[in-house]
Amino acid sequence: MIELVQMEVIDKRFPGVHALKGVDFSLRAGEVHALMGENGAGKSTLMKCLSGVYQPDGGRILVDGSEVALPSPRAAQDLGIGIIHQELALMRDLTVAQNIWIGREPRLSFGRIDERRQNADAAAIFAGMNVAMDPRAPVGSLTIARQQMVEIAKALSYRSRVLIMDEPTAALNDSEIAELFTIIRKLRAEGVGIVYISHKMDEIREISDRVTVMRDGEHVGTVEAADTPISKIITMMVGRELTDEAVTVPDLTIAETALEVRNLGRGRDLQKIGFSLKKGEILGFAGLMGAGRTELARAIFGAEPPDQGEIIVHGKPAKICTPADAVRLGIGYLSEDRKHYGLALGMDVRANIALASLPRYADRLGRIDEKQLAVIARDYIGRLAIRTPHDRQEVRLLSGGNQQKVVIAKWLLRDCDILIFDEPTRGIDVGAKAEIYRLLNDLAAQGKAIIVISSELPEVLRLSHRIAVMCEGRLTGILPGGASQEQIMALATQREDIAVSQTAGEIKWT
Amino acid sequence: MDLKQARRGAAQQKLLAFASLIVLIVGFSLASPNFFQVSNIMAILQATSVNGVLAIGVTLIIITGGIDLSIGTLMTFCAVMTGVVLTWAGMPLPVGVLTAIATGAICGLISGTFVAKMKIPPFIATLGMMLMLKGLSLIVTGTRPIYFNDTPGFTTIAQGSLIGRLVPAFPVPNGVLILFIVAGLVAWILGRTVLGRYTFALGSNEEAVRLSGVNTDAWKMAIYALAGGICGIAGLLIASRLNSAQPALGLGYELEAIAAVVIGGTSLAGGRGTVLGTLIGALIMSVLTNGLRVMSVAPEWQTVVTGAIIVIAVYADQLRRGKVG
Repeated sequence: MIELVQMEVIDKRFPGVHALKGVDFSLRAGEVHALMGENGAGKSTLMKCLSGVYQPDGGRILVDGSEVALPSPRAAQDLGIGIIHQELALMRDLTVAQNIWIGREPRLSFGRIDERRQNADAAAIFAGMNVAMDPRAPVGSLTIARQQMVEIAKALSYRSRVLIMDEPTAALNDSEIAELFTIIRKLRAEGVGIVYISHKMDEIREISDRVTVMRDGEHVGTVEAADTPISKIITMMVGRELTDEAVTVPDLTIAETALEVRNLGRGRDLQKIGFSLKKGEILGFAGLMGAGRTELARAIFGAEPPDQGEIIVHGKPAKICTPADAVRLGIGYLSEDRKHYGLALGMDVRANIALASLPRYADRLGRIDEKQLAVIARDYIGRLAIRTPHDRQEVRLLSGGNQQKVVIAKWLLRDCDILIFDEPTRGIDVGAKAEIYRLLNDLAAQGKAIIVISSELPEVLRLSHRIAVMCEGRLTGILPGGASQEQIMALATQREDIAVSQTAGEIKWT
Repeated sequence: MDLKQARRGAAQQKLLAFASLIVLIVGFSLASPNFFQVSNIMAILQATSVNGVLAIGVTLIIITGGIDLSIGTLMTFCAVMTGVVLTWAGMPLPVGVLTAIATGAICGLISGTFVAKMKIPPFIATLGMMLMLKGLSLIVTGTRPIYFNDTPGFTTIAQGSLIGRLVPAFPVPNGVLILFIVAGLVAWILGRTVLGRYTFALGSNEEAVRLSGVNTDAWKMAIYALAGGICGIAGLLIASRLNSAQPALGLGYELEAIAAVVIGGTSLAGGRGTVLGTLIGALIMSVLTNGLRVMSVAPEWQTVVTGAIIVIAVYADQLRRGKVG
């Protein structure tokens, strides 16, 4: 039997990262093939190779049994390969039909667009999907779920035989998911091959025919969804040889509580979250994408203040409305997106380290004491082993790991003793990761209270003295350090109806 | 890229503008014997002073990633308020000077509040401010100019020559001296102070600065106020040169100033820019105007050439940075 798509020993390297190491993947007509793996396993990269966004460095791609070249997304579309990206790529101010036919508008004479035909063609596609949609509605007025329908219609408009969906349900509620699944089943019945990237176990069971698991840029295995238990898939996902150093949990019985959060909530994103953090402790936050961990961090830090709940810092109730309030209380936040939220990339290392503490190094006229800053910058460059030719190097020219260290230096200089690390090793290669881990352990040993948010389970396990697990805006449990990956996964996929036991972690202090 | 290369890149950018300036000066000198005369050079410098000061003020705002369209009419409004204080109320000269700067700073602070607190995009906020100030200037004066004949020494603010008194061979007008003092002061602020550092940081990545615990709104307002104060100085200069506050004047000056900033290599996207570049940009514009006039080119064509220079300057910068293939 000829596969619809056959990808053989696909290899892809980025500077500093070997993203795909000879990966095989195949897709049959009329199947839903789930692609799973932790963040950074290479799923999206593989699919970007298939959809012409990236060019693989090695290997070959066959469609209908013959080798094809996919130099651009357009070439992939012409072969009937459509992709729906995680972030929807629609123009909010254009109508549904205008979005679907963008770049291929049916023309009349003098370059006029045939709006009527455009709308009729769009309506025909929606009719085929069994979806009621007004092609003239502006996309900005639709819900995320409806926008996703537009993306699917757009992909289908290319007569796609292959449809790649990257975490399509991340922003959908249950009834919207059900609607999406109806469409997916209908497409499958019509012979479309669907690649379904998701983290959610229950969805995979419900919708997919086969499951391929990837880990660290490698193909781990492909199994039939129907006769493979979830636990086996989880083991395949996390099954790498565990970290070289196991976590040693220090005795923190007598340590003071640095931060306590009670009943914190904001809309649907965060619901009744409560936990405490001691000095010298590393509290890991695990969960799947969209679990609300970043939202929680930003709420504590005042970047998006919560609607309700209390934050207690060093035993005193704190009112945190802006990041400036949080910083004054000694809370530092290292964003998962360093480039957008952590660094002024065009400025030099010295300026970035000083960014949060400038007034301290200025006299009454506002003059900056550059000499002193230079000394301090060089001191941190030495202490954190930041690899930069000198302290005047522009930060954008440093590697990811060294950029992260610059952000850490910024908060250390500001005397922050509660540090929230959001995905501290995202985009950082393996060697530098170990260095960041050591740094975090050292900081904890010095008495800093540390929160680490990470989507990589081995990272959470290696660092955390306790592990808080979130799912859909709720804290589903706190596990002691060294808990098993299966335990974490179970809590991370625990949907709302299941009872919450938040006391699990308190055992540790007795 | 190491430090030397980085410095070379920044130097190249300034060198490009500076080289164009030299080429223009040499070209005009060869084309017309009247061009390279001390009196003509002084005239060029004097003509640069108002636009130069305005351009330096708006450079600050452009580095934060913003824009200020109100600087032209704000300059006029400051001149008008100075007229009110000096001519109508008969106050002494220093009060007039303070009034001009304070009026500018307060109006700048208001623009800054629109932008930082009310989150109105800078283009819109300062467009509104531009029209409000234009109207206010006309209302306050009843559309008639205010003359400074009763204030002795007012014209010497721009037209006198402190340096000429000391070194008679170089009668540099005070207006030019003030331009260079303002340039030096702002260059110092940008390079050495917290305010300057945050100016670049805001343009480079405002959200990162906010998440560093910096009160970005307050700093942004301070920057708009500073730029406004500098417009006040420009208002004094133009009033002194004309010996009057002309309420109908002002519109169009903002675009000339922004043009000078752009020619000087400051990025409208923010985060990047120098006072020296802006100064050179302003000089290029007045050398061009003056040179074409000396060569008896019609003023209509001078405008066309200025427009072309803006496009060429930015295109050259894009080429240098390898953005255009």
